[in-house]
Amino acid sequence: MLRVVTLVKYTPDPTGDVGFADDGTVDRGAVDGQLSELDEYAAEQALRLAEAAGDAEITYLTMGPADAVGALRKALAMGGDRGVHILDDALHGSDVIATSRVLAAALSRLDYDIVLCGMASTDAGTGVTPALLAERLGVPQLTYAQRLTLKDRTVQIERETDVAVETVEAALPAVVSVTDRSGEARYPSFKGIMAAKKKPVETWSLADLKVPGDEVGLAAAGSATVSATKRPPRVAGPKIVDEGEGGVALADFLAAQKFI
Amino acid sequence: MSHVLVLVDAPEGELRKSTLELLTLARRFGRPAAVVFHEAKTATVEQLGRFGAETVYVVDDPAVRDFLVAPKVDALAQIAGGLLESGDLAGVLTGSSPDAKDVAARLALRLGSGVVTDAVDVEAGDDGQPVAVQSVFAASYVVRSRFTTGVPVIAVKPNAVTPEEAPVQPAVEQVQVSLTDLAKSARITSRTPREASGRPELTDASVVVSGGRGLGGAEAFALIERVADQLGGAVGASRAAVDAGWYPHSHQIGQTGKTVSPQLYLAAGISGAIQHRAGMQTSKTVVVVNKDPDAPILELADFSVVGDLHEVLPQLSQEIDRRRS
Repeated sequence: MLRVVTLVKYTPDPTGDVGFADDGTVDRGAVDGQLSELDEYAAEQALRLAEAAGDAEITYLTMGPADAVGALRKALAMGGDRGVHILDDALHGSDVIATSRVLAAALSRLDYDIVLCGMASTDAGTGVTPALLAERLGVPQLTYAQRLTLKDRTVQIERETDVAVETVEAALPAVVSVTDRSGEARYPSFKGIMAAKKKPVETWSLADLKVPGDEVGLAAAGSATVSATKRPPRVAGPKIVDEGEGGVALADFLAAQKFI
Repeated sequence: MSHVLVLVDAPEGELRKSTLELLTLARRFGRPAAVVFHEAKTATVEQLGRFGAETVYVVDDPAVRDFLVAPKVDALAQIAGGLLESGDLAGVLTGSSPDAKDVAARLALRLGSGVVTDAVDVEAGDDGQPVAVQSVFAASYVVRSRFTTGVPVIAVKPNAVTPEEAPVQPAVEQVQVSLTDLAKSARITSRTPREASGRPELTDASVVVSGGRGLGGAEAFALIERVADQLGGAVGASRAAVDAGWYPHSHQIGQTGKTVSPQLYLAAGISGAIQHRAGMQTSKTVVVVNKDPDAPILELADFSVVGDLHEVLPQLSQEIDRRRS
């Protein structure tokens, strides 16, 4: 059986007015949360792998406050079997290093052949969690896949860098992250949404994972926010309506700014 | 002052402007030492020295090219470990490409350090320790962070600073790395180089001219390319234009593409969804050509023309030619 664990994150709607709480962490109460859009691509790839394998189990794993269970329910509505929610007040303010520690502890408790992630979250957006998980779990990292195939126990991805298109191969178990070009994510059907309500979701605490609470969270973070300042909004400059001379006016502006 | 390791990202062996920027930033809180992952040509060493690299570590191991990310982590951990033993490491700076960020994060984990990615500047704090500056939430906030554990590891975006020369004669040190099995577990089985466009690299360019859905088709990118060439700029594209197959993904600007911060950003036929703005909002000057007077991108524009880009851009090109002749 192919065991797939897909990481999902509940993030503030990026079109909302996202800001910071007094302690320098992302204010998750101010804007509605949702399954991070980029994680939908990971969920989609998990479903495709499972469909191709036939005998497979998909577990979604998330870490976050109580409402983060919303990410699990949305993903489960797309398909898959069960969810695990790591929920513990001591996690508040964890940096990416601590986050990877907790997720790695949970992954070690789950059995997995392949760990699937989105390319980055839509809030903090560091994009390095997959690499950190590979480092901690001691398995290959195959990151930024725009195409993913699995043959026997070998995973192959295609990825694009600044200068080349690369093919990368590794034996399972492995951590794979996929981009928004890996394949359109399916919409949950009504049947899927109803079925998701009955799928099992377990809640794990730090004690369950044997991770000491004082080694994660804001106080244990490797960096501390000195200041978070809202940038003044850009003030729009002159707007002209083209009546046949728009290109000339644009050239005038660029010349005045010394670009021509 | 202690050394600051600077990871040189030069896939073709040619130094990029962003490496010179990292060397310049490193001097704010230490003495730069460059790490190159290819044969060290004399010209490369000289240029690294001109921008202040006192040491050039050379890791010329084919595994770096044959396996993804992890060999570089092994090499940097070995070099950093040596410097740490003598208490001579003030920090590590890398670029902000996906692979460079992954290297930074894995290295930070091994060094027991904090890591900050996508920094737009690095300042020296009152205590001489680096303060990383980030621009977050589609550039609506500026966040400053200091480090509380280990040696600061910072992944910095291009265009953070204007490179400044500080000539020294670098010592060149060849490094033999003993690689772990894990480092050789994700094998790069093929690599197809992208065709060179002859234009500047998107993230380094001081002028970017971008096209979106409003172009209406792939052929209209010729209008964008013409203006880009006239201004010595790079060509960008919105996700809509890339998804439509009009221009290669490597030119996509936005949340899931490249982030650019040029002196001039010209957006034609781009409405300016938040995902696009996240990739260009820190541009110094923004000019817009768009048919829709209510397009969100107009809110960011220092100058905008509401009109048909198929009329406005050719006229702009003609005007540039006329003024230069």
